[in-house]
Amino acid sequence: MNAFHFIDRRKNPKGKSLGNRQRFLKRARAQIKEAVNKSLRDRSMKEIDKGEKISIPSKSTAEPRFVHDREAGEREMVHPGNKEFSAGDRIKKPPKGAGRGKGKEASDGGEGEDAFQFTLTQDEFLDIFFEDLELPNLIKRSLKEIKAYTLKRAGITVAGSPTNMNLIRTMRNAHGRRLALRRPSTREMNELKERLFELERIAQPDESEIAEKKAILAKLEEMEQRRRWTPFIDPLDLRFNAYEQTPMETTAAVMFCLMDVSGSMGEREKDLAKRFYMLLYLFLKRRYERVEVVFIRHTHHAEEVDEETFFYSRQSGGTVVSTALEKMLEVQKDRFPAHEWNIYVAQASDGFTQSGDAKRCVEMLNESVMPISQYYAYIEILDERELEVFADADSGAELWRAYRALAPQWENFAQTRIARPQDIFPVFRELFAKNAKEAA
Amino acid sequence: MSESLNKPSLLYIEADWDFDALKRAYDAIEDIALGDLGLDVYPNQIEVISSEQMLDAYSSHGMPLMYKHWSFGKHFARDQMNYQKGYSGLAYEIVINSNPSIAYLMEDNTMTMQALVMAHASFGHNHFFKNNYLFRQWTDADGILSYLDFAKKYISKCEDEYGLEEVEAVLDAAHSLMDQGVFRYNRPPRLSEADRLAKIAARIKYEETNFNDIWRTLPNIEEPDDEKEERQAEVKNIKLPEENLLYFIEKASPVLRPWQRELVRIVRNIAQYFYPQKQTKVMNEGCATFVHHYIMNALYDRGQISEGAIMEFLHSHSSVVFQPEFDDPRYSGINPYALGFAMMQDIKRICEDPKPEDREWFPDIAGSNNWRDVLKDAWANYRDESFIQQYLSPTVMRDLRMFALSDDAEDSHVEISAIHDDRGFRRVRSQLASMYDLGMHEPNIQVVGADLEGDRELQLHHIVHHGRTLSEKTKDAVLTHIETLWGHEVTLRELDA
Repeated sequence: MNAFHFIDRRKNPKGKSLGNRQRFLKRARAQIKEAVNKSLRDRSMKEIDKGEKISIPSKSTAEPRFVHDREAGEREMVHPGNKEFSAGDRIKKPPKGAGRGKGKEASDGGEGEDAFQFTLTQDEFLDIFFEDLELPNLIKRSLKEIKAYTLKRAGITVAGSPTNMNLIRTMRNAHGRRLALRRPSTREMNELKERLFELERIAQPDESEIAEKKAILAKLEEMEQRRRWTPFIDPLDLRFNAYEQTPMETTAAVMFCLMDVSGSMGEREKDLAKRFYMLLYLFLKRRYERVEVVFIRHTHHAEEVDEETFFYSRQSGGTVVSTALEKMLEVQKDRFPAHEWNIYVAQASDGFTQSGDAKRCVEMLNESVMPISQYYAYIEILDERELEVFADADSGAELWRAYRALAPQWENFAQTRIARPQDIFPVFRELFAKNAKEAA
Repeated sequence: MSESLNKPSLLYIEADWDFDALKRAYDAIEDIALGDLGLDVYPNQIEVISSEQMLDAYSSHGMPLMYKHWSFGKHFARDQMNYQKGYSGLAYEIVINSNPSIAYLMEDNTMTMQALVMAHASFGHNHFFKNNYLFRQWTDADGILSYLDFAKKYISKCEDEYGLEEVEAVLDAAHSLMDQGVFRYNRPPRLSEADRLAKIAARIKYEETNFNDIWRTLPNIEEPDDEKEERQAEVKNIKLPEENLLYFIEKASPVLRPWQRELVRIVRNIAQYFYPQKQTKVMNEGCATFVHHYIMNALYDRGQISEGAIMEFLHSHSSVVFQPEFDDPRYSGINPYALGFAMMQDIKRICEDPKPEDREWFPDIAGSNNWRDVLKDAWANYRDESFIQQYLSPTVMRDLRMFALSDDAEDSHVEISAIHDDRGFRRVRSQLASMYDLGMHEPNIQVVGADLEGDRELQLHHIVHHGRTLSEKTKDAVLTHIETLWGHEVTLRELDA
């Protein structure tokens, strides 16, 4: 028995079936997509990006074979575990479809009408979800308009501030220069000086000693001179660490969900808004390392609340949209500095606000909100009947009309209307369509 | 325990395995398998893989070199979910009928499990593959790996050349006929006809060297005349009715291009390769289970594995051969491991310690004391149906409390036709045997006519036994697939036998 009978394959690439899996997903794409969209409705915002168990009808992925019809003909079987039967017993059949055990015997390809169940990984789930979606100018915005910088080492230079001096490099250069120009060392000079003292201490020096003294003095003189023009450290030796300012990509995003919760917003409207927020959350989650969500609800005054309260509790009162914007700016200044966070705002409303307030909203958006936001989406939730009436983009409730003025100025502003759940997905796509111009 | 730990003869002590321990265990197992049981095996190659790799292998028929197809991805998706959610475990091993025999061990197994798996796969299954007449006659253990390698490369080349969808359409259609794509009675030709593969390679090469972009818009290169004549001569030789639908289509389809014929041929060859396995589930698993049971006990008797190890072995062995009763929620038919193992253990008992009943039923082996030869003869010369018909003993039927049931779809009742008593043994036995007759299970569909000169309609007949007609749910879908391959109308009639 030789060792080569054993082969350790654990290091071999795994995921050989990945290719096959992708082929399968591609084939069942349409149905998987439908299942994914359906599953979204029952999920809370933050758990939406978990892997997902889905079932799809096995129509497009059926592997049909010729099989016998289970409901026709005679068959003889043998089973184990007899307890009370004897030959000739007759047993009533269970009603059709209730037969237990038999179903499992069905072989691989047979079960044509069954749903096929499997788990999508998180990535697959989201990829399907976000197929060909992209924020407008997302790449431009997140790469070009970078707001934070970091210093990065960028080699060595000959000029710089003293704090950045690279001592090792500088001293090494100085040392080399001193050696090359034969700068006399202090030790050498000290030895000569000591000798000179000794000679001077002699009361009556002889000829040779006087000559030596003279020579030493001359030598010292020369050395001094030499040292003067080869300084210990010369400006030439100086080296500095260089730093460059490198733009830093902001990898965190905060998403503000603003919603009108006054009496005019019913369950249906909130539910529609929730779905829209979910999509936005998912989308951001996909692109940023860290995503925070801030829920701000408002009536005639605004407050920050948790998700549960945001979607499911009711409040009565008037409607002043600008309070929500104020609150949002306050939270933003407090916790989410614009140079560290990408700011996304999604506002849902039925379009009604106190008269005069719309104007104030537009002002606030123009002056404070839009400049710091990556994207501002306004969705107006309509009654299904109203959709007909407001088919024209120019007519609409007060807020809608007021916001119309913003779109031409701010490329990152979008507004749209939703009346039914099935509108959300197309609208979302439109809002974030690759080519934002079409949406405008 | 302290005593056993000190035994110098123990092959391993720790539950974790390492390659040295595997080697020691392999050598000890080999000694028993060849020296004591006298098995005859292909050289063994044992590969250690991770659980992910096991999942990968699983979903493509357990073959290491399968071509790519979405259906394997579908099975993978389901297996993966079941595994990750804990609905099902993974097999401890996969073994491939090839020469050398390749067995996969999963790295998560304990040392005892690795020993069990080596005994089970590398000696049990291996012996069966090498000696059983079906495998000897119908499969080509020497050629399968290189053939699969060829198939994989050929198919991926076709995908590059003709597009994924085109290739998928042919494979989908061919897959749906895999059950009707085997020769049941006459021996198929060897896979590795070196000259034919060389011809294909030469043709590909020729196409490459004569590649001219201008001609790409033209239809694909037609079949060379000499090959066409050869093929048509083969078609003339086919005597109708023909049971191998894939073979008939591959040779006679009026629309398939040469590369499409080759794809059909690949699917057909793979179906043929797996056909013996379908007919010998009980025997194959029974043989492997009997062998691992014998070897592990022998190792223990020789003091080579500890009490702890034998307990661990018995625990997993008994779950492998567990047979739930018919009214148990876990029941899903007869467990081939349980039935095969019980029958083979019983053959050993009949040879060594027969009861009077056994002398009456099995006069030539009862008390003969040569169970090794009897079993080896059975493993070599039977398939499930004939093995059960020949060797299922009253003891096994009684132990499993078997009963036979007649079910007529027209009747509101089922009837117990026989039970495990003196009057019923023979009936139970032959009914059980017929359950393992693939001819009874798989619809018998034959090509009865194809008017190749005229309207080219392909006529199929389904020979209906016992009123068991085809399921409407899948019939039309499969017929559509056949039409893809045939290119003209396909009709299927169901006739009573």
